Amino acid sequence: MEKVTVYAAMRAGGMSRRAFLQACGAIAASLALPPGSGRAIARALERTPRPSVIWLSFQECTGCTESLTRAHAPTVESLLFDMVSLDYHHTLQAAAGGAAEEARREAMAANHGRYLLIADGSLPVGHPAYSTIGGVSNLAMLQEAAAGAAAVIAMGSCAAFGGLPGATPNPTGAAPVSEVVRDRPLVTIPGCPPIPAVIVATLAHYLTFGRLPALDPLGRPKAFYGETIHDRCYRRPFYDRGLFADTFDDEGARKGWCLYKLGCKGPTTYNACATTKWNGGTSFPIQSGHGCLGCSQPDFWDGGGFYRADALPFGPLTPTATIAAAAGVAVGGAVAAANRRKRAKARAAHRPITVDDLEKGQEETP
Amino acid sequence: MAATTTHASPVPASQPVYAFQAPVRLYHWVNAACIFTLAATGYLIAHPLPTVMGEASDHFIMGRIRLVHFTAGYLLAVSLAGRIYWALVGNQVSRQIFYLPVWRGSWWCGLGEEIAFYLFLRKEPPTESGHAPLAQVAMLLFNTLGTLFMIFTGFALYGEGLGHGSWADRAFGWVVPLFGDAERVNNWHLLGMWILLCFVIIHIYMAVRADIVGRTTSLSSIVGGWRSPKGR
Repeated sequence: MEKVTVYAAMRAGGMSRRAFLQACGAIAASLALPPGSGRAIARALERTPRPSVIWLSFQECTGCTESLTRAHAPTVESLLFDMVSLDYHHTLQAAAGGAAEEARREAMAANHGRYLLIADGSLPVGHPAYSTIGGVSNLAMLQEAAAGAAAVIAMGSCAAFGGLPGATPNPTGAAPVSEVVRDRPLVTIPGCPPIPAVIVATLAHYLTFGRLPALDPLGRPKAFYGETIHDRCYRRPFYDRGLFADTFDDEGARKGWCLYKLGCKGPTTYNACATTKWNGGTSFPIQSGHGCLGCSQPDFWDGGGFYRADALPFGPLTPTATIAAAAGVAVGGAVAAANRRKRAKARAAHRPITVDDLEKGQEETP
Repeated sequence: MAATTTHASPVPASQPVYAFQAPVRLYHWVNAACIFTLAATGYLIAHPLPTVMGEASDHFIMGRIRLVHFTAGYLLAVSLAGRIYWALVGNQVSRQIFYLPVWRGSWWCGLGEEIAFYLFLRKEPPTESGHAPLAQVAMLLFNTLGTLFMIFTGFALYGEGLGHGSWADRAFGWVVPLFGDAERVNNWHLLGMWILLCFVIIHIYMAVRADIVGRTTSLSSIVGGWRSPKGR
C-alpha cells in the first residue's frame, strides 16, 4: 500500500501550498469550526495517508454521484475527491466486470479495518435477489464490506431512510443502511441528492480528526442538518409578516414572498440548502421560486403532496378507512338489532288494557 | 360521554356537595381559554390568513400569531402541572381525571350501564354509584392524555425552532424520532387539535344537557364548585 499523503497527492496534482491552506480554511469554515482549525486540518492532511474509500451503489439512481461530480475544478470538493483513494465506484472506476470486483476485494483486504465505506441506495431486504452486482446480492455485499470498514456513510435519502425504493408500497422491501449495519460508526447524509459540500466536509472532518462529526438522533452531521431550511431561509421574514405567494404566478410569487402555502416543506426539513446552496453557491430551490420538497426527510415521497401545506402523511388511508367504516357499520348494526329485539320482546309482552279493565281491577283489589 | 356529569358526588345528591375545589375550577377555565386560543392560532399557523398587501415592514402577523400560540402553550403546560399537583393534595374528585378504578367490578358495571343508556339500550339512567365511569374514561383519554400529547408534540416542535441543545430539544427532542420526522409530528399535532375540538363539542353538549335533564347542577358547579340537587 502506497503511503502517499493527502497533501503530497494534492501538490503532485499541481496545487500550490497557498491554495491548499485556503482549501483547509474553507473546510473549517463550512464545518463552523473555531478559528485556527484550518491549520489543524492542513497539518492532518499533510500527515494522513490517502484513505481508501469504497463506494457501493445499491437501489439508487446515481443522483448522489451526479451531485458529487458537479463540483468542478478547482473547487474544494473536487480537490478533496482527489485526496481520497477511491478504490471502487461503479460510475467512476475505470475497471469493469470481474476486474472491478477484484479491485474491491483487494482494497478491502489491504485496508481491512481502515477503509471508509460509502453506500448509496437502499437495500432490498424483503427480496435480496431484486438487486445484485456480479451475482452478489446487495445485502451480502454490504455486510461483507461493512465488516472491515472503519466507518460507514449512508449517502443520500435512499441509503439513509429508504427513499424512493422504500416508498409505499415498497415492493422490494427496501431498507436503509442503518438496518443492516449496526456495529459500525454510521453517518447518514440524506438528501435527494445530498449537497456536495456536505459530503466533502463530512469526509474532511473524518480525515482531520479521525472520528465522525457530531451527529443528531437520525445520525446526520449537526453542522449541516442542525437547522431547518425555514429557519435559514432568506424568505423567512415574509413568513413572519404573513406575506405568502398563493399561486406560482401572482404578485407574491413575483415579489419573492414565502412559498409555505404552495406546499414548501422548509419548516420541517433539515438540510443546509439555504446556507451552502447548490452549484457553487448559485441558488437553491426556494431561491428559484419553488418550494422545498423536503427531500432529505424520512419518507418524503409519502409525505402527502409536494404542493399542499397541510399534507397528511399517514400512509395509505383507504384500507384504514374501509376497516373503520366496516367496524362502525357492524357496531351500529349490532346495537340496532339488540334494540329491535328488545322492542319486539316488549311488544310481545304488551297487553292492551282498557279503562273498563282498570275499573274492574280497582274494584277487585281493595 | 357525560363529560361534566362526571364528577358526581359519592352519594345520590340530596344535599349540595362541594365537588370542584377552587384550583380545579381555575384549571378548568385556564385550560378552556388556552385550548381555544391554541386551536385558533394553531389553525392559522397551519392555514395562514390571506396575504395582506402593502409594505412587508408594516406587518408581523404570522410572528404575532406564533407568539400567542407559544405563550398559550406555556400557560397550558404550567396549568396542567399545577393541576397534577392539586390531584395529589386535593379532594377525591380532583383525582378522577388521572386514573380509572379498573380494579373495581362496580366501576365496570357502571360503565356498561352508562354505555347502554347512551345507545338507547336502557331507559333508566345508570344507578348513581358515585362515579360516572364513561365520563371518567373520556376525561382521562381526551383531556388529560390529549393535552399531554399536545404538550409533548408541541414542545418537541418548539424545540426544533429553538435548535439543538435548547431546553425544549433536550426535554422533548426525543419525540421527533419517535414519529419519524418533524412533518409527521406537525400533522399529529394538528390532528390532536381536531380530536380535542371534537371533545370540546361533546363536553359542552353533555354539560348543558346534564344541567337541563340531570338531577344535579352542572354548569354552575364548575363556576361555584357546589354541586346541588335541583328542585323538581
